[in-house]
Amino acid sequence: MSQTFTKAMARNIFYGGTVFFALLFLALTYDTETALPDRDNRQNLTETVIHGKRLWEENNCVGCHSLLGEGAYFAPELGNVYTRFGNSTEAIKGFIKYRPADGVPGRRSMPQFNFTDEELTALAEFLKYVSEIDAAGWPPNIKG
Amino acid sequence: MQYQSQSVAKLYFTAAIGLFVGQILFGVILGLQYVMGDFLFPEIPFNVARMVHTNLLIVWLLFGFMGAAYYLVPEEAERELESPLLAKLMFWIFLVAGALTILGYLLVPYSGLAKLTGNALLPTMGREFLEQPTITKIGIVIVALAFLYNIGMTILKGRKTAISLVLLIGLVGLAVLFLFAFYNPHNLVRDKFYWWWVVHLWVEGVWELILGAILAFVLIKTTGVDREVIEKWLYIIIAMALITGIIGTGHHFYWIGTPEYWQWWGSIFSALEPIPFFMMTLFAFNMVNRRRREHPNKAAVLWALGTGVMAFLGAGVWGFLHTLAPVNFYTHGSQITAAHGHMAFYGAYVMIVLTMISYAMPLMRGRKAANSMKQQVLEMWSFWLMTISMVFITLFLTAAGILQVYLQRMGDAPMDFMMVQDKIALFYWLREIAGIIFLIGLIVYVASFFIGQDEPEATLEAKG
Repeated sequence: MSQTFTKAMARNIFYGGTVFFALLFLALTYDTETALPDRDNRQNLTETVIHGKRLWEENNCVGCHSLLGEGAYFAPELGNVYTRFGNSTEAIKGFIKYRPADGVPGRRSMPQFNFTDEELTALAEFLKYVSEIDAAGWPPNIKG
Repeated sequence: MQYQSQSVAKLYFTAAIGLFVGQILFGVILGLQYVMGDFLFPEIPFNVARMVHTNLLIVWLLFGFMGAAYYLVPEEAERELESPLLAKLMFWIFLVAGALTILGYLLVPYSGLAKLTGNALLPTMGREFLEQPTITKIGIVIVALAFLYNIGMTILKGRKTAISLVLLIGLVGLAVLFLFAFYNPHNLVRDKFYWWWVVHLWVEGVWELILGAILAFVLIKTTGVDREVIEKWLYIIIAMALITGIIGTGHHFYWIGTPEYWQWWGSIFSALEPIPFFMMTLFAFNMVNRRRREHPNKAAVLWALGTGVMAFLGAGVWGFLHTLAPVNFYTHGSQITAAHGHMAFYGAYVMIVLTMISYAMPLMRGRKAANSMKQQVLEMWSFWLMTISMVFITLFLTAAGILQVYLQRMGDAPMDFMMVQDKIALFYWLREIAGIIFLIGLIVYVASFFIGQDEPEATLEAKG
């Protein structure tokens, strides 16, 4: 970098490049928003599912599990748990309901959250909704 | 120290180191929970320990960034801080709010904390890294605004250098993008899409501006190389960081329900993301080689060089390892992600904050240029202990991740998640050992502030 490449040129590359790519990112975002209705399963966003998402958040489920690959990696991926559990919301509800309060000696254990039946339904319906999002074929297999 | 008001940075740095110790203690607990599943259960379940670990990381780095800004901006602007009192006030507000939030995580079940803080009114909680109660998030915004006012006015009324402008752009970006933390749509795909506007555009975007500015400042001070040269480098590095990093966000959009063209955009631009980090390494070594004077603070120079190398390895190489879409299809959400996250955060952001502390703390504690030789030797030991153990943490997690991906997602007979976790326990044990050595390194680091403090300042030996 001799005198021909000045600080002012470097600065202009920074400002120009940043503005250009920020605008490109906004354009891609706009295009994504228009494509989402076909992929994000929004037609199934019922009140129950929305309640389920709130429960998912307010109990910090993502602190152990991952959902569509994001979260912690301490407990199984749940983006496809509905299919893994044989397309059964009842199986999901049963699993959450019967967690041991004091854990399993020596092993990782999901806490007992004492959800009501209505809350269990909401969580299971939320996970069913997630499983029907078009996630480009991810996860690679049923194991998550 | 040229300006009296720079000393507010000392408060921020002290708190940063204290919270860093807390972060690592919880890291060691987490590592143990991976292999002893019922450790501290049900008192401190994994998710609680993890929130404490990651939130302390974010908060102590923010303290570090703020301290760095309060230290370097007066010197760059050639005037006192706009309001040292406001800086001190915000420090205590941020510290108390942060401490209360952490106590909330530890003492109340998370759902109780959500209820207590009125999450139903404006639901923002329970998303990875954004677990803070909404009221804490509002507090963060207030602290950030007061901080930006203080820093911004100091810069506007004083000398405007490229370093302070880049730092300011980075800090404004940090505050503005955090506002997306308040946006939590019911639609999970859109929730995740805009969640990355905070998480990715922070660490692979505006934070790199802060990193670059701090590194440039310390290099000017320790090498005496011409400001023009250093600021030119700074502009090119941050230009590359944003040119690659903004569209690079796409590598998080592959599997969350967005259109598949993101696999192309994300792969191509994230393949370029190592470039700014590579340039940063070149930059640091180049400037130190071209130095016009020897600086007696060898430890600070070591941290500065280490930042470049480790950021390139962690953020650049380990990031690239799994950001191409066909690879990421198998590695997404596995221990590979954890491996990358650890080295990237340590190399880029932990080390730059420690670089700044290493440079500025001796001056604020009454030294002319550097600590005593004994203190520096200890500090350099802590550098190597922490850095090498972080390399091993990353390698062990990478091994765990490769095995996990193979057993759970690729083999002829894919296994259940928990079965795979049992199979890879050996690597979790090795990671835990490396984590304990990291903790020892951190203890040595803290000790370097006290042991040898009463010895005379290090000076340069005459060169033969």
